[in-house]
Amino acid sequence: MPHDHSDHEQPHALLPSDPALRVKALETILTEKGLIDPAALEDIIDTYENRIGPRNGARVVAKAWLDDGFRAALLEDATPVVADLGYYGRQGEHMVAVENTADVHNMVVCTLCSCYPWPLLGIPPGWYKSDAYRARAVREPRKVLADFGVTLPNETAVRVWDSTAEVRYLVIPQRPAGTEGMDEEALMALVSRDAMIGTALARQP
Amino acid sequence: MSRVHDMGGRFGDGPVIPEPEDEVFHEEWHKRALAVTLACGSLGQWNIDVSRHMRECLDPVDYTRFSYYEIWAAGLANLLVDAGVLTREELASGAAQGSSPLEGRKLRADKVAEVLAAGGPADRPSDIAPTFQVGDRVRTRQAGNLVIPGGHTRLPGYAQTAEGRVVRYHGTHILPDSSAHRQGDAAEPLYAVAIAAKELWLHPEHPNDEVVLDLWQSYLEPVA
Repeated sequence: MPHDHSDHEQPHALLPSDPALRVKALETILTEKGLIDPAALEDIIDTYENRIGPRNGARVVAKAWLDDGFRAALLEDATPVVADLGYYGRQGEHMVAVENTADVHNMVVCTLCSCYPWPLLGIPPGWYKSDAYRARAVREPRKVLADFGVTLPNETAVRVWDSTAEVRYLVIPQRPAGTEGMDEEALMALVSRDAMIGTALARQP
Repeated sequence: MSRVHDMGGRFGDGPVIPEPEDEVFHEEWHKRALAVTLACGSLGQWNIDVSRHMRECLDPVDYTRFSYYEIWAAGLANLLVDAGVLTREELASGAAQGSSPLEGRKLRADKVAEVLAAGGPADRPSDIAPTFQVGDRVRTRQAGNLVIPGGHTRLPGYAQTAEGRVVRYHGTHILPDSSAHRQGDAAEPLYAVAIAAKELWLHPEHPNDEVVLDLWQSYLEPVA
């Protein structure tokens, strides 16, 4: 049972101090014990490096921009809607989509760890997991947005979603003007990962 | 009452540094740390709340000086020993002493896609009926685990004893305060609660800004 280990040296301190060597040592021991299949590790890495990433989320956003029925269903209960597109799995079991408007800008953080919608956006970027983002996003979201070069109109309220449970949030950015007639693939190119976290706006065409 | 991971609202951190979208991993060993951690999770010796709490129980000095995947690796090493999967001697020597009775649970390459796609839903049936509705005013209680001093909780310190309103009902979910200590799922109603920035901070950036947190029913009290 987990408990406070501060009264004695924690097990991790027995490993080499260099981080790459620490991870290597763990991998070696676990492989020798028959607890890890090295081929499975390659497959996990390949999944998040090459197969699951923010283009999944961008497709959801583009569909929401193009199809009012899809958009309404997504905002009502996102989990089955994105699962129908094949976007379900680890760290995306309970999805909520939140829509930016002229009145409200949404932004997502996990102040306690690094919760993030993996099936839609992949592995979170370094900055999302940084102390600076975790500490500042809830108290001064507008200053954080300024770090990304974003300034919101004074009439727009900021709503920061702190992912404290197993619910994962996807921001639907506002559709830029001048995109009438664009198809799904063209619209997807306007939707960055950061726009779906809420630290950027959709790109202008 | 707080631990080092509970950093929401803290002063003193520098700028947030954006990075390009195609930069998934910065170092080769980051990939390995992620993959080894996920593969070990499949051994079924802990749940996500146990593993989160193990990271939170790192010495605050270590937690602060470690990079993100160093925290993962350290948490994993502690978990493996805590759960009896590896021994301290094995970590110190860097070599396995005998095989493991858990060998049959090893995540095989041909199962990876299936396991990642299956996920691990956190909603569970519960006998506890929801006492709040969307629109209700609520107040958060003091942050901290109600049963175990210093135990796991998902009510951040910055959001304690604050008044807000329920904006969504998520159904009944596993209570991390119980699950992290292997005391059972103890599922209960979970809500998204919006709290005004001016309720949370002495110097809010804007009068209309708010923070929304996902909070379990036992974290909340009604506001008359």
